[in-house]
Amino acid sequence: MARAYPSDKIKSPVHLSIGQEAASVGVCAALEPEDVVFGTYRCHALYLAKGGDLKAMIAELYGKVTGCARGKGGSMHLIGTEVGMHGASAVVGTTIANAIGHAYALKYQKKNALVVSFFGDGATEEGVFGESLNFAVLKQLPIIFVCENNQYAIHTHQSRRQGKPNVCARAEAYGIPAERIEHGDVLYLYERIKALAPKVRGGGPHFLEVMTYRWQEHVGPNRDFQLGYRTEDEMHPWVENDQVDRLKHMVDGPRRAKLEEEVEEEIAAAFAFAESSPVPPAEELYADIFKESHS
Amino acid sequence: MTTPATSSAASAASRLLKGGTLNGERTLSYVDAVREATDQEMSRDPSVIIFGLDVDDPKAIQGTTKGLLEKHGPQRVFGTPLSEDAMTGAAIGMALAGLRPIHVHIRMDFLMLAMNQLVNVASKSHYMYGGKVCIPMVVRSMIGKSWGQGAQHSQGLYSFLMHIPGLKVVAPTTPYDAKGCLLAAIRDDNPVMFVEHRILHFQKGPVPDKPYVVSPGKARVTAAGTDITLVGISYMQVECLRAKAYLEDIGIKAEVIDPIWLSPLDTETISHSVEKTGKLMVVDNGWVCCGAGTEILAQVTERLQGKRDFRVKRLGFAPVTCPTSPSLEDAFYPNARTIAAAARDMVEGKPTGWLPEEKAELQSIVFKGPF
Ligand SMILES: Cc1ncc(C[n+]2csc(CCOP(=O)(O)OP(=O)(O)O)c2C)c(N)n1
Ligand SMILES: [Mg+2]
Repeated sequence: MARAYPSDKIKSPVHLSIGQEAASVGVCAALEPEDVVFGTYRCHALYLAKGGDLKAMIAELYGKVTGCARGKGGSMHLIGTEVGMHGASAVVGTTIANAIGHAYALKYQKKNALVVSFFGDGATEEGVFGESLNFAVLKQLPIIFVCENNQYAIHTHQSRRQGKPNVCARAEAYGIPAERIEHGDVLYLYERIKALAPKVRGGGPHFLEVMTYRWQEHVGPNRDFQLGYRTEDEMHPWVENDQVDRLKHMVDGPRRAKLEEEVEEEIAAAFAFAESSPVPPAEELYADIFKESHS
Repeated sequence: MTTPATSSAASAASRLLKGGTLNGERTLSYVDAVREATDQEMSRDPSVIIFGLDVDDPKAIQGTTKGLLEKHGPQRVFGTPLSEDAMTGAAIGMALAGLRPIHVHIRMDFLMLAMNQLVNVASKSHYMYGGKVCIPMVVRSMIGKSWGQGAQHSQGLYSFLMHIPGLKVVAPTTPYDAKGCLLAAIRDDNPVMFVEHRILHFQKGPVPDKPYVVSPGKARVTAAGTDITLVGISYMQVECLRAKAYLEDIGIKAEVIDPIWLSPLDTETISHSVEKTGKLMVVDNGWVCCGAGTEILAQVTERLQGKRDFRVKRLGFAPVTCPTSPSLEDAFYPNARTIAAAARDMVEGKPTGWLPEEKAELQSIVFKGPF
């Protein structure tokens, strides 16, 4: 995507997940298909990890009618209700509240599913964060909160935004068991979710702060160390610790080569699909403002 | 020029005010109509749930939620933490999961803390996600001119919400419409803002006991006339009907229209009336600037210009904050007499300086505290 972006065919601002994939992958791999996730504008990894269709995602970024939101949502609003990806918001913190409501409904409907709410470290500063945590505890909802802490909100470090930069302590203050996962260890995260899920399904929220690092600029395809708000040295350990690379080396040579080839083909096919798909016809501008109701 | 006190307008007004029965129809208060609609829908459809601050407390939102907890249980009827923002977001999440939440706010002023979820999520999701999801939720909120509620406890901010595509807005005036509109709102697959004026809560009127819907996008001519069209929004509908009675005394026949649904708006019914009368006065329960009345007037003007000569006038609030002192509060709100006076000036095409003598039977209900 970072390579395709300069072609200007992607008609939507992209907040890339590069470097942060482990959080989405580790969590979603441990979920069941009927489990539900909500994310943020930085939602590409989450959408794919939950099983979202790659073709529909790239087409959405291209603004094509074959996109997962018919070309009307763009990069920041990927959705795949068929795989339990229930949406992403461009307004920080917003989907945390939607996630608790969804969890309330699942409990009321006596479903065995759970909800995972993904958000960044910046979102924990929004009022809706505290309000949502309180309600989740009050109603003992089947929800896991996952704070992807990449330490930055755009260009501002967590220590310059939070008087006490301890997200887990805040979750615990509301009465939610919380733990911080250092190094973004994807396999450890997977194991933790596997272990926690049965308890959460029975009712009762859990909180995970997953340490991670964004490699690219906040929005856009490039690196941004020239801005001076962070250093390459800071990123270095995260690159060393890259979980994608780690998994790659757990697969033996020939199998790895075959997998890589398949993935490259899938990506090429998705871009080709997006390129060749039609844009929404003019009448789409006025479609789906209201859902037709039959009362 | 004087018409008997038993004129049709006076009886329509008093019917609205005191709830006269016709042909043995059942009479309910607005409060009971809202409660009955909620109860009937909750009984019919297990996906309907209701919550909000104090929904399950002894006062039960002026009685509109009374008995629901006992009948439908605490999972479907609950008071919430003081978290308007998150609870609005939660309502959206519930709707996404297939429920039909009703979120209640005892003051519309408190909705300002929930604007992100209402404007950015509830209204947008169906469109923004290409029709993949819908948000069937109802937000009930109370507005009101009453007993010195003042700057932050009285505002009718529905025009903000009319501005947003994807959100329906309804402000029913009569108990009949309160029940029918609430049923329609609950069954609607889109977010609906349901606006209740506190004074209207006390009104009584005929309400059929069977469920029925008053569908979005249809206004109602509440009293026929030929000389001027008065459109009264929410409680101002009552004041317009009273104004009609004052105007009849001087031989002016006003047609009164209740838009009922502010979004989608039925400008056809209103335009049709203005084509006949040539004069449109919209009386709003909010600020005139960028208000609901202004929008109605603009839409009608666009439809009728070039077809017919007509005059227009907006009444509502001046750009000042609502004060609490009765002397100032009285001047802040339009009332039947000031509406009648402005209407006469319009009909006669000049300032007449006329203000009708107040009639006891057309006085406002005296609202008592503490709430
Ligand atoms: C309510 C709101 N305020 C401000 C912004 C502008 N903004 C976009 S992303 C962002 C930083 C959010 O940081 P974080 O939650 O840590 O997520 P990250 O981008 O690091 O994944 C801000 C302030 C916004 N989108 N929404
Ligand atoms: Mg961050």
